[in-house]
Amino acid sequence: MSNATFEPRLVGFLCNWCSYTGADLAGTARMTYAPNVRIIRVMCSGRVDPQFVLKAFKEGADGVLISGCHLGDCHYKEGNYKALRRYKLLSKMLEQFGIEKERFRLEWVSAAEGIKFQQVCNEFTEQVRKMGPLNLSPNGGQHE
Amino acid sequence: MSNAKPKVAFYWCASCGGCEESIVDLAEDILKVVAAVDIVFWPVALDFKKKDVEAMPDGSIAVSFINGAIRLSEQEEMVKMLRRKSGLVVAHGSCAHMGGIPGLGNFWNKETIFRRAYHTTPSTDNPDKVVPLEKTVYDGKELTLPSFFDTVYSLDQVIDVDYYLPGCAPPRDLILNAVTAILEGKLPPKGSVLSPNKSECDTCDRNKTKPEKLSIKEIKRTWEIILDPEKCFLAQGVICMGPATRDGCGHRCINGNMPCRGCFGPTDQVYDQGAKFLSALASILDTNDEKEMDRIVQSIVDPAGTFYRFSLPKSLLGRKRMETIK
Repeated sequence: MSNATFEPRLVGFLCNWCSYTGADLAGTARMTYAPNVRIIRVMCSGRVDPQFVLKAFKEGADGVLISGCHLGDCHYKEGNYKALRRYKLLSKMLEQFGIEKERFRLEWVSAAEGIKFQQVCNEFTEQVRKMGPLNLSPNGGQHE
Repeated sequence: MSNAKPKVAFYWCASCGGCEESIVDLAEDILKVVAAVDIVFWPVALDFKKKDVEAMPDGSIAVSFINGAIRLSEQEEMVKMLRRKSGLVVAHGSCAHMGGIPGLGNFWNKETIFRRAYHTTPSTDNPDKVVPLEKTVYDGKELTLPSFFDTVYSLDQVIDVDYYLPGCAPPRDLILNAVTAILEGKLPPKGSVLSPNKSECDTCDRNKTKPEKLSIKEIKRTWEIILDPEKCFLAQGVICMGPATRDGCGHRCINGNMPCRGCFGPTDQVYDQGAKFLSALASILDTNDEKEMDRIVQSIVDPAGTFYRFSLPKSLLGRKRMETIK
């Protein structure tokens, strides 16, 4: 598949309190942005189990986005700090599996930042488009 | 046939032989097993051949205990045959259960493993650059070897498996319980791991020394500090897989003052042991400062190899992306 016709499939885990509301704002303000991020709402970026990220990649995502409240603004005080620590360790581990760190992104988007959400979606989509499809076999290690 | 003893087979694939040892380690209890069953195939101890198994009717072996991961075409052929001949198949030990230590080969492929093993290790002396070939003609005769897969598989990725005996190697009480349950027909649902479904910390003696809130400022490897013989390893800053590992091992490593390495695999509620441990470890790192986080993450030398030491083939990703292996 040439990169010009390749539409990246991206999965976005957005926290209920800031980022999902930010995405909602982008929508209600009728901003135009890349439709590639499939949004999954979670209560907190700290709720994103690393298993969710691996499963998204395994089942065909070319990139995964986690988005939460700005540091210091977490509705649950420090869930986003946990998300940040997990993100750093998981990025390092994904590289050992041959999944480039540019395919995995963490962003802080507040409920007022519809514009930032628009930018993040556009940038991430173009970044992954340049990299091309991830092509993980969906059956993982299953023997053929 | 009603008074005939049930037939049992033992087989090994990609493994170290420790699981065979675990059966021998039943010591005098093995006599009770031998009295209750007929062992019809056990390459490590008894002189039965492949053709003897081939000659048995399908389903005639009551249970086959198979240890080791699947790495060669020969192993695939043998386990598929044993599956046909057996009523029950038990994956015996970590390698059959989850891929085990040989499963770490999934960070590489055939080409890079052969290059390392036959050309570039410091102890290799191979001036003619000889590598094993699947077919060789020698003296007018064709000789064959099994093919070597790019990927290591757990037993259940190749054949249907009824039960799992976890551990590297499985401890004797779990093996005896499994054999007794099979003989008495008191088996749990198919697919069960024959060990308690709770985490190792649950019964760990060191649990009482664990502080209210675990927090780690510095990750240490076991050789970098003098390990306290009573204190929770995580509280000492040493990576211990206990929180993400199934119980039932008898804490052999911990009693030897070594942290858990995760050979029992995860509990039933978890898909991916490595990811779950990563999650737990990252959440107890005691810093909210980004630079400090980077420094601690940097100090974890090989997260994938550490967190998936025994479970890489059975993990969600299964292996390293083939096209990124150089």
